[in-house]
Formats: sequence, structure tokens, C-alpha cells
Amino acid sequence: MEATYNYKVVRQFALMTVVWGIVGMLVGVLIAAQLIWPDLTYGIPWLSYGRLRPLHTNAVIFAFGGSALFATSYYVVQRTCHARLFCDKLAGFTFWGWNLVIVLAAVTLPLGFTTSKEYAELEWPIDLLIAVVWVSYAVVFFGTIMKRKTPHIYVANWFFGAFILTVALLHIVNSAAIPVEAMKSYSAYAGVQDAMIQWWYGHNAVGFFLTAGFLGMMYYFIPKQAGRPVYSYRLSVVHFWALIFTYMWAGPHHLHYTALPDWTQSLGMVFSLILLAPSWGGMVNGIMTLSGAWHKLRTDPILKFLITSLSFYGMSTFEGPMMSIKTVNALSHYTDWTVGHVHSGALGWVAMVSIGCMYYLIPRLFGRAEMHSIKLITLHFWVSTIGVVLYIASMWIAGVMQGLMWRAVNLDGTLTYTFAEVVARMYPYYMIRLLGGALFFSGMLIMAYNVIKTISGQKAVDAPIPAPAMAHA
Amino acid sequence: MSDFTSGFWGPFIAIVTLISVIGCGVFLKVLSTRRLAPGEKPGTTGHVWDEDLAEYHNPMPRWWMWLFYITVVFSLIYLAIFPGLGSFAGVGDWNSQGKYEKEMADADKAYGPLFDKFLKQDLKAVAADAEGKQMGERLYLTYCSQCHGSDARGAKGFPNLTDNDWLYGGDAEIIKASITNGRSGMMPPMAAAVGGGDGTNEVANYVLSLSRRPHDAQLAAAGQAKFAVCAACHGPDGKGNPALGAPNLTDEVWLYGGSEKAIIETITKGRNGQMPAQRDALSEGKIHLLAAYVYGLSAKK
Repeated sequence: MEATYNYKVVRQFALMTVVWGIVGMLVGVLIAAQLIWPDLTYGIPWLSYGRLRPLHTNAVIFAFGGSALFATSYYVVQRTCHARLFCDKLAGFTFWGWNLVIVLAAVTLPLGFTTSKEYAELEWPIDLLIAVVWVSYAVVFFGTIMKRKTPHIYVANWFFGAFILTVALLHIVNSAAIPVEAMKSYSAYAGVQDAMIQWWYGHNAVGFFLTAGFLGMMYYFIPKQAGRPVYSYRLSVVHFWALIFTYMWAGPHHLHYTALPDWTQSLGMVFSLILLAPSWGGMVNGIMTLSGAWHKLRTDPILKFLITSLSFYGMSTFEGPMMSIKTVNALSHYTDWTVGHVHSGALGWVAMVSIGCMYYLIPRLFGRAEMHSIKLITLHFWVSTIGVVLYIASMWIAGVMQGLMWRAVNLDGTLTYTFAEVVARMYPYYMIRLLGGALFFSGMLIMAYNVIKTISGQKAVDAPIPAPAMAHA
Repeated sequence: MSDFTSGFWGPFIAIVTLISVIGCGVFLKVLSTRRLAPGEKPGTTGHVWDEDLAEYHNPMPRWWMWLFYITVVFSLIYLAIFPGLGSFAGVGDWNSQGKYEKEMADADKAYGPLFDKFLKQDLKAVAADAEGKQMGERLYLTYCSQCHGSDARGAKGFPNLTDNDWLYGGDAEIIKASITNGRSGMMPPMAAAVGGGDGTNEVANYVLSLSRRPHDAQLAAAGQAKFAVCAACHGPDGKGNPALGAPNLTDEVWLYGGSEKAIIETITKGRNGQMPAQRDALSEGKIHLLAAYVYGLSAKK
């Protein structure tokens, strides 16, 4: 039993990554279309934009992204510790528990049950289940670290570990609520404190769920796929600690020019700026790992996915600090620029790095050297890259236009454009966004086909655990 | 800092923040290593995981370290100028309250005289003035179009402002009062008062007959007697009462729909129409221009 790695739970999460990716992105395409044709779903309340939008965000972040994180962290922690996962049963529970959470979200959100906290909409009974699953995840992950046969903990595991611990903290603090009935609760915090805690949570959900966790993936799969050592150990130490330390402070930039006190807004802004270098540290380390092996980018579509995802990561972590500057934020806040920024991170970074890792992972979990079709991976790469570019470019234009039109005044001080006029100008950009999103979604269908072809007729394989290399190279 | 009643928190925040910002720079400095000599190859750390995962000992890129240092220095300068270090207001004398007040004062200074000019004029004169009309239209599109529509023709539950039908009267001064103080158009549920299901049906048909809409004459005749309770507000002839905002039922203007079904719903459930008061949201100068504009929308007909 202990002679092999536990690939079963990795396989389960890896396949659900593809399934939930398709579901979440399909809902995204639907709501993008609703912004163009508001009556698309015939006014059916369960399919209205306001209820589907949180379903989309929950499905892509927690179902798609979450499954990718579970799959890769379970795989990476075993392989870099040379130890089977701690407690197979508990690992299995995290899979079924997490998927139950997702199904409950997919039912309750369209029914209209929501705490109204962004990215934390699920009501208290589901929040409790999340907490139980997450603590189990931490036990499995850190239990495996404790069992390790290697003297040192590999850098990818620092990032996974920080992500797991911090998300537990964020979820439990922000979801603290007083239940009044089965599916209704009130936040434990009031007014501006509630807003601040929500965005401390919200920004660190980005920082730890969507950044640290995925950097953990990057630190394993890029050196593996490139066949090169990580560029700089020193850089990984410094940017790791700086990243997890400064992210904690950056939340207030979501509340610029609100009732939040000036001092809190300023701290949010300066720490967001300090965050630039620690964020870029990951990109530098990942891309420089490829030095000496650049030619592989031409032929290897998995590396294309991984390296392009880092480029989008670098772009959005530059854009983020810029948007946190109060004068820039005065223009960008509440516009589609924010939506574009989020998607350059979510599609360009999170989804593309996950897709690259899955193409590495899935054949290995089924005893194959590579995916069924490398050409289809290349096609997927180009379809999704063009999709992301169309998406974010259209949202940049739309967002800056909105910001400028909202603030334009006539010589008598009255507003030059009414709100409805600004909305009407958005149609062409919303069409381009829909096209970009649909392209990205269709890439997932190509992936699903390729995955089915790869695993059909194959037997699930649990690899034997090799002895750790003790010799100093 | 109003949420913190103890003086302890101001210095606490300032000290923790300074240690954190400066600490970032010190951390980077302490962990930096010398540059590689020309031609020198970086070694690896000597640790190997999962058969072939290793790490080079490359120094951190210099440009990256400078980027980090620059953001730290910028932050310290920013926190010296702007509020951030707890209760220390910063040497720049800036705060969002002050900025808001200054912007509002500047706007009043720039645009105030223009609004004052019209405020001194009679509403009808403003309505006839081309510039006043243009300003009124812009204000209307910003503040009123959400409910009454960009063309001011209203929607279900939101009155059409371009016809000559007025719930509360169409004098310019009355329109101004409607905008300033708002209106609360409340029709109570009347089903019980008119005798339940059949009674509601009969009264609805009588109401249809008032505006010569297709109706069941027999039901309408039965409804006429039961209309007495409605007459208290709508008048014995159904022509309404602007003092109460009770609509005229004999014209072809329907705020909530003029089908039999819609009228039955109105009688059964009652209606609540709310025009919010703009007194605290808009200056009198703006309300004056708005009232003149709205008056002008129908006065030309």
C-alpha cells in the first residue's frame, strides 16, 4: 500500500477540473450574452443575471480553480515528499465534500440564497461544510509534509501550505455570521468594518487562492516540463515571504473613496504598490527557469500554456498595483476595466496555468507518456490565447470609456452623458467580450475531447514511490 | 479614527505600519547576495526532489531588487504626505472630506451664478428660456429618466410627464412641490369593501365603462352601486381628485394598466406609488430648472 502514491484522489480532482471548467465558463458565456440581450432567459428568476453571476464566479474560482489546486497540490506534495498522502480516507472525503459544496452552491445560488458578500455568497450551513472540508485538506496536506522522506520542503509546498492555511483563516473570519434560519444569516460585523473584512477576505482570496496556490503549481510543473532547475532559490525565498506578508494589507484598495477612513485607504494603496515586486518575483523565477531551454517553447504547447500564463500573471500584477493608486482608481473603479483586469488574471493566469498542468498531469495518472493529441493542445493554446486577448482588450476600452463618460460634465456642471447612454455605447465591446469568452470556452471543449481520448481504454495507474535522491548534486 | 475611542490605536497603527514597510526593505537587503562574477556559473542548492527537481543559486535580479526598493521608498514618502500612519494626518494637509468640500465649493462658485439666475425667474419664464430648457433637460436625464424614461413618457407605475394628465395638478408650482417634497400615491386594497370576488369584477367593469372601454354592461350596472366606496376619492363621476392624487378614471390614461385584469388587480391589492422627495438630494436651483422643464414638456401642447 505504502509503496505507491495515492493518485486516485488526484485523478478525481483532475477530471473534475475539466468538468467544472466547462460548467463555470458556460455560465460565464451565458451571463456575458445576457448583458447584450437582457431577455435571453425569458425573465426566469432562477436564470437571472444577478443569480447566475455569483454562480459563475463560484464555479470558476472554487470548482474549477479549486479542483485544479486540490489535484496538483496532492500530486506535488506526494512526489516532492516521496511519501503517500496522509490518510487516504480523509483525502477521499475532501473530494466528495468539496464537490458536495459545489453542487450545493449550484442549487442555492440560482434559488436566491446569498449572504451578498462577493466570492463568499454561500449561506452558513454550506460555509460550515467548507470549513470542515478545508480543515481536512490541511490535515492531509500537512500530514503528508510531516511524513516526507526528503530533508527539505520543496518551494511549491511553501506556496500550497500558505494558501491552505490562509484560506482557512480568511473563510472562517469573513463567514462569521449569526444564523436566523436554515438558509439566512446576518454577518457578525456591521457597516464599514463588515466591508473592510469582506475585502480583506476578497483580496486575499485573490492573493492566496488565485495567486499563491497557483504559484505552487508553477514551481513544480515549469521546472518539470522544461527539465531545468528553478532559476533562483534566493528569489523564491524572498518573494514568497514578501508576497504572503504584503498581500494581507492590500484589501482596502477595493474600498477607495468610500466610508472607509482615509488612513486605511492609504495603507491599502501603498502595500498594493509594494506588492508589485514580490508578485513579479514568481514570474521572473518561472520564466528564467526556461533560460537555456527557450527552444522548447516552439514545439511544446504545455510550456506555451505555462509561460504565457506567467506573462498574463505579470501583466495583471502590474495592472493591479496601478489600479490601486487612488487617482487611477477614481477612473477605473466600478467600470468594466476591473472586469477585464480580473479576467486577465483569471483566464490568462489561473486558467491557463491550470490547463497546462492538467495536460502534464492527466496522461501520467493513466499510465501514458503524453496526451492523445499534441496538435489539439496547440489548437487549445491558440484559441484560448486569442480569447483572453479579445476579452481583456474589449474590457479595457469599455472600462476607460465608461470612466471618462461618467465624469464628463457640461459647462453648466451637469453630466454630459446619462447612465443609459453610456450603457448603449457598450454593445460593441460586450459583443467582443462574448466572442472572447466563447473562444476560451470552446478551448475547454477541445480539452475535454482530448482528455476523453487520452484516458479511454487506459487503466488508472498509481506510480511507485522512488527513493529520494540524498546525494548532493 | 472615530471608531477607535482609545488614543492607543493611532500610534499602534503608525508603528506597525512603519515596521512593516521598512521591514520589507531591510528583509530584501539582508537576504541579497553578491552578483555572479563574469563567466561564473551558478551552482545548485544541492537538494533534489522527485528525481530531478533542483534549484540554482542565482542571485536575485538587480532590476527586480531596485523595483522593490523604489516601492518601499515611495510608500514612506506617501505616508509622510497623506493620512495613513494612524492618527497622523500627514504633512500634505489632505483628506477626503476636505477634498470633497473643496470640490463642491469650487462647483458652487463656477456654476452657482448660472443656477441663481434662473432661480430668480418665474418657472414659466424659465420654461420658455432656451438655455434653461437645455439645462433642465440635462438634469432630467441625469436624475429623473431612470423612472420616467428618457423620453419622459413614463412606464407602468411611473407617470407620463408629456401628456396633459396630472395626478396632483399640472401648475408649474405644483410640479415643483411634487419634485421637492415627493408624492405618496396610496390606493388601499378595496376587494372587501366592494363585496369580494363578484363585487370586484362588477366594479372593474363599471370602471371600464367610465372610459367607454369594452365591458360587460350587466356587470357594469351592478358595479355602479358598489362604486360609492370608490367615489370617496375618485369622485361620484370618477373624474378623480388632484388634491388626493386620485386618478381620473374616465380618460384613457392608465398608470397601472387599463385591462380588466389589471383593474381587478388594482382593486384587489391596492397600489402604492412613491415619488421620492428630492429636497435633500438636489439644490433648489436644480429643482427649479427641473420643474420648469417638466412643466414645459406638456405645456406646449
